[in-house]
Amino acid sequence: MSDSPAIAHGAPTEAGHSHGEHPAYQRHHFETVEQQADATNFAMWLFLLTEIMFFGGLFTAYLILRNWYYPAFVAASHQLNVGWGTANTAVLITSSFTMAMGVWCSEMRNKSGLVLSLVLTFILGLVFLGIKSIEYHEKWEKHHIPGMHYSMQNFTDPQSDPETYNEYHDKPMALDMARHTELYFFLYFAMTGMHAVHMIIGIAILGFMVFRAKAGAYTTGHVTFVENFGLYWHFVDIIWIFLFPLLYLISRHQ
Amino acid sequence: MSATIISLPDQSTARIPKTNFITKENGLLSWLLTGDHKRIAILYLISITFFFFIGGALAGLIRLELLTPQSDLMATDTYNKVFTMHGVVMIFLFLVPSVPATLGNFFIPMMIGAKDLALPKINLLSWYLYVAGGILVIYTMVSGGVDTGWTFTTPLSTHYVNTNVMSTGMAVFIAGFSSIFTGLNFIVTLHKMRCPGMTWFRLPLFCWAHYAASILMVLGTPVLAIAIVLLALERTIGIGVFDPTKGGDPLLFQHLFWFYSHPAVYIMILPGMGVISETVSTFSRKRVFGYTAVAFSSVAIAVFGFFVWAHHMFIMGISNYAMLVFSLLTMLVAVPSAIKIFNWTFTLYKGSITFETPMLYSFGFMGLFTIGGMTGVFLGTSGTDIHLTETYFIVAHFHFVMVGGMLMAFLAGIHFWWPKMTGRMYPEKISQLAAVVTFIGFNLTFFPQFILGTLGMPRRYAAYPPEFQILNVFSTAGATVLGVGYLLPVIYLVWSLKYGEIAGNNPWQATGLEWQTQSPPLTENFLVTPIMDHEAYDYEWLEKQNAKEVASVG
Repeated sequence: MSDSPAIAHGAPTEAGHSHGEHPAYQRHHFETVEQQADATNFAMWLFLLTEIMFFGGLFTAYLILRNWYYPAFVAASHQLNVGWGTANTAVLITSSFTMAMGVWCSEMRNKSGLVLSLVLTFILGLVFLGIKSIEYHEKWEKHHIPGMHYSMQNFTDPQSDPETYNEYHDKPMALDMARHTELYFFLYFAMTGMHAVHMIIGIAILGFMVFRAKAGAYTTGHVTFVENFGLYWHFVDIIWIFLFPLLYLISRHQ
Repeated sequence: MSATIISLPDQSTARIPKTNFITKENGLLSWLLTGDHKRIAILYLISITFFFFIGGALAGLIRLELLTPQSDLMATDTYNKVFTMHGVVMIFLFLVPSVPATLGNFFIPMMIGAKDLALPKINLLSWYLYVAGGILVIYTMVSGGVDTGWTFTTPLSTHYVNTNVMSTGMAVFIAGFSSIFTGLNFIVTLHKMRCPGMTWFRLPLFCWAHYAASILMVLGTPVLAIAIVLLALERTIGIGVFDPTKGGDPLLFQHLFWFYSHPAVYIMILPGMGVISETVSTFSRKRVFGYTAVAFSSVAIAVFGFFVWAHHMFIMGISNYAMLVFSLLTMLVAVPSAIKIFNWTFTLYKGSITFETPMLYSFGFMGLFTIGGMTGVFLGTSGTDIHLTETYFIVAHFHFVMVGGMLMAFLAGIHFWWPKMTGRMYPEKISQLAAVVTFIGFNLTFFPQFILGTLGMPRRYAAYPPEFQILNVFSTAGATVLGVGYLLPVIYLVWSLKYGEIAGNNPWQATGLEWQTQSPPLTENFLVTPIMDHEAYDYEWLEKQNAKEVASVG
């Protein structure tokens, strides 16, 4: 995806000027370090704005179709595992905390603290993806992956899936409505998939940052990169905070 | 026409400054890996000119086919591919990056007294993304083309054609990110990189126009990106969001697509309006009348531009109420556009007008854009739109705005800033001729299409009833003249690189900061960071400045 380069703009440069009292990481076209930090920070916020518009298209599609095929979307959402979803939400929020700790450690010039925070964030990111893949696998087993032998049996005949049936007692749906569950699952995969792509990009950058941090980067007073990456990571977190209720929680008990 | 403001240095002694951004480093790599906004602007200029002529050749094929009522030059499906590729190339690879990525890239940092854009690496990345998008478009063309029209309308693009929708979609997706990065860079630069004394209301109006266009790029383009992602998923694995047989909604695609693509029209025209503000002021020796109004009208166009997209869908089954609201909002956009035209006219009033080439192109812009804009109001009126949409009337309308407006403005800007970019003047007489030829050719090409449209000739068909032939012949003849008008600048501008007169710092006696430094500029633009101690377009300040220089030399 095209996101990773935008993250890289905060990267410290080796080619900085050495003359005067400029620190080495100040790019030549900035008057002061503050201006540089300000500009890159502002750019990151703008970039996140474009990301919001990007996800906004998906959210719009989801909300419109959900409104049209409400019963199908509610029944289909019963197939999602709230337990795993909640666990994943907790994992992500914790990773945001460790990321915030990383930014703080970077500001405090605490190298070992920074490395620890980044490694923890890295691991929590992987845990999130692991749990997500368990959930995806469940969908695979139940033939709920749209376009690939999709089966709506669980919706036309809810008792074929006793576990869900015992919890929600869904009524059998007419074929005409039941087939729209496929749209729900498509949007589920598109939205969580797009989110996962952002997670993967974030984890890759985290891995890179761990190596750089071990070599002593980010703890010399130049925190822009860590700070901006932190913004990105929190943003991906917030997308999930919206996805979780939209896909898993709302109108679940109707 | 003898009056002129051109003031060149004594040609027998004048030299191009030895150190400038072009001579600083040599070799292909120093260009391909540069972070210098001026070099990136030159890279962009070369690449968009290349794609402009590809798009132009395709337009020539379209006009040749339409010379006769039958479809005889090419098969009808080839014709579909030709006009689709013409649209894709011209919109995504020429018009969207035209002024911003070349002139904006080059001059925004100079106008605000900065050394570079805030994010030079992102700037370079944006060019590489553009090139990647361009290569994909070329790949599409040589591997059989695409025939959905540049709008990728569903379900045609998802279910009924088996041409290269995927590679074109990917090209547009990638080129879109190039435009996002350009816009993002401009916004950050204008916020954070202004020199001391350069307040928002001392910015040249060129910067305001680019600021407004950048907002559109940053907020609109991601929506196009997601629309294309969904389209690609629909096409590859049949997800059904746009497919009515699965419960999806083909109109949803149009909503997402036009949510970008209508504002994209303003992405294309606003930077052009910025150029016109500069040239009109310089060549009438007056501050732009109603500076604040012109500045805010750019922002107003950007804001209103986000709330009019459904006027592209009046005949596609949106509700009557939506039609009413979007029709009204569409009319509103005419207000800030008119504010600009009126203010430029008042700038001319009692000005000392001279008719150098950039000014001729600017006059072309004002006339043609006004016609294009007014016919836009016809199309925004839902009643007339139902009759006129999908006819040649709409083709004529958007070509008046895009070609008559934006391309004229682009050429005005290129001529205006050519001396600054290269250090040499273009030849004045032949370029004035080119401007006039372009204007005549343009009107001959596109004015008949208004008549064809009202008579009911539909767009996007290779064949038409024989009674329309005479007007089509006019149009094709005009396209030939227009082609000459566009080839001329390429020839004499390239010629001027070596043989043009030495321009000196400020051949137009213009007030912008970019004119107060050497041409071509240094890599750092200025020897010392300038301090802005006067208003924009302050010609008295410039006179005093010149007097001071003479005094100190004497």
